[in-house]
Amino acid sequence: MELLFALMVGTLYGCSLYLLLRRSIVKLAVGLILLGNGANLLIFSAGGLIRGRPPLVPEGATTVPAPYADPLPQALILTAIVISFGVLVFAVALIYRTYRALSTDDLDDLTTTDRLGEVTEAAHRPLVPIATITQSADDGR
Amino acid sequence: MELLVTLPLLIPLALSLALFAARRHRRASRIIAIAGATILLTVAAALLVVTHDGIQVVAIGEWPAPYGIVLVADLFSAAMLLVCALVSWATIVYATGWMDAERERTGFYPLVFALLLGVNGAFLTGDLFNLYVWFEVMLMASFVLLVLGTEKGQVEGGIKYVSLNLLASTFFLSATGILYGIAGTLNFAHLSSVLAYVDPQILNIVAVLLGIAFGIKAAVFPLFFWLPASYHTPPVPVSALFAGLLTKVGVYALIRVFTLLFVHDPGWTHTLLLFCAALTMLTGVLGALAQHDVRRILSFHIVSQIGYMIFGLALYTPLGLASSVFYLIHHIVVKTNLFLLSGLVERTFGTGSLDRLGGLFRTHAWLGVLFLVPAFSLAGVPPLSGFLAKLLVIRAGLAAQAYLATAVAVLVGLFTLLSMLKIWNEAFWKARPDHSMILHDTGRFPARLVVPIVVLASVTILLGIAGEPLLALSSRAAAQLLDPAAYQAAVLGTVTVQAISGGV
Repeated sequence: MELLFALMVGTLYGCSLYLLLRRSIVKLAVGLILLGNGANLLIFSAGGLIRGRPPLVPEGATTVPAPYADPLPQALILTAIVISFGVLVFAVALIYRTYRALSTDDLDDLTTTDRLGEVTEAAHRPLVPIATITQSADDGR
Repeated sequence: MELLVTLPLLIPLALSLALFAARRHRRASRIIAIAGATILLTVAAALLVVTHDGIQVVAIGEWPAPYGIVLVADLFSAAMLLVCALVSWATIVYATGWMDAERERTGFYPLVFALLLGVNGAFLTGDLFNLYVWFEVMLMASFVLLVLGTEKGQVEGGIKYVSLNLLASTFFLSATGILYGIAGTLNFAHLSSVLAYVDPQILNIVAVLLGIAFGIKAAVFPLFFWLPASYHTPPVPVSALFAGLLTKVGVYALIRVFTLLFVHDPGWTHTLLLFCAALTMLTGVLGALAQHDVRRILSFHIVSQIGYMIFGLALYTPLGLASSVFYLIHHIVVKTNLFLLSGLVERTFGTGSLDRLGGLFRTHAWLGVLFLVPAFSLAGVPPLSGFLAKLLVIRAGLAAQAYLATAVAVLVGLFTLLSMLKIWNEAFWKARPDHSMILHDTGRFPARLVVPIVVLASVTILLGIAGEPLLALSSRAAAQLLDPAAYQAAVLGTVTVQAISGGV
């Protein structure tokens, strides 16, 4: 069983890293999703795969008879799933906004923030007289 | 005492919620934000005073360690909390004079405090998985802050920042899972006492996995590419906050795990760190030399300066760690200040591109002088804080006989000076180019933009001419870091005593 899980985790990591290295921005998202799932499975299997032995103290006893399934990895995975779900929703929304803003889904085209000597975004902004800026900064006061 | 340790988490949480509710009222938001940041600063100062008496431990929900989650405040975390509270105070005051109406209304202030919640949580937690959760809180807030306003450059930088940081989180999570599988615990103190009995080969794998995860967050060579691609895209206060806090949390986590958990084989793990540190210093500063835009130059300098901090950690000597702690504290103040100053330059010219800047010294001489304080401090010119920090690092390097890396550190200091002078020459000294457009020529900036800069510059000067207290603090913090047994006793011992005596 452990071997099956190990292979599964390895496959998920491999596939997701392959997808992360592709140029398509959608494949990047799919890669991130797979990677999160792979990590969760890894925690699950690293915590020990024990079947049908809940960590419950039997009536009359004071300790749980070993071996028993450790509930903590499952709690960790549950937390990780919730977190990665939230983050992924954000990532998908961001990817959509990027596509809308740049009209491309090719990661190799996203080079303006890296290019040498390129002026910052501020330079592309329409120049507003400073009076307007101070005014807008102060209008809530 | 217990309250004091939890307040750095409770205050940002409460403020974040309150500011979210009040986000439509700009004036009220600003007042609450500044007041809240001031309270946070006071609490952090009080906590630092208290931790001088010993490591403070709080078991959340009275569940004793290692079963429950503990918050641990030692000198290192308390010092980090204080300096982060200081720069976030400065950034928030600055932001009240900078942020546009739309960003303020869509929740800039609540997000800043959510970010601080994550940062403070990461400094205080005594549990590896809990650290992961705080990292995610911090990341989520930083994701939204980075793209708030969704300008073209922002979403583009955002994609790079988000995807690489998600990758780092996954590495972190995988390492946590494997470590739990090996050791059966995630409490730092418990782990550090248990890991001595674990096969060092397996531990090395986990150490590298965690090293990669924190290395991406700390922007260590060769994992830093997201930083210069994204830090110059958001509005200046966001850049300044990120520059001061985010990568430093990564460095904090590296220092924590490589002094407390992975000390089984320093000849291997810490030598690897030493290589990374030297290359981080070098690539960062060379990258900066190639750039021609104020905020991009400063972004690359973050990378290069991270190298110095990792260098101190990699030496793994009392002096080395003291220099790391000193460097971290000095750097957070200086870097935030440089970004805030770059904001005034960008605001005057509408751009940060060096070709279009010039002649600022003629109209804003005081701004030129103010810029020189953090710039020279970053380069390590006496009598500023950066001089002491660099001196400590170099002395530690020589004492540990890491001559090559020390030579790199000295060389990088020179290059840093060169690149700071480049900014100064281009923006302040050279004649104003004909094609530059001046937005603001009256020589007057609102006090809210200037006061934070003056405060941070004063701290830089103060730490330089009267660095003794900080030096003593760094040495004590380093001594604590190098004594995992004391940490274990504080966390596992105190809590047991508390549990027996029925809690508080």
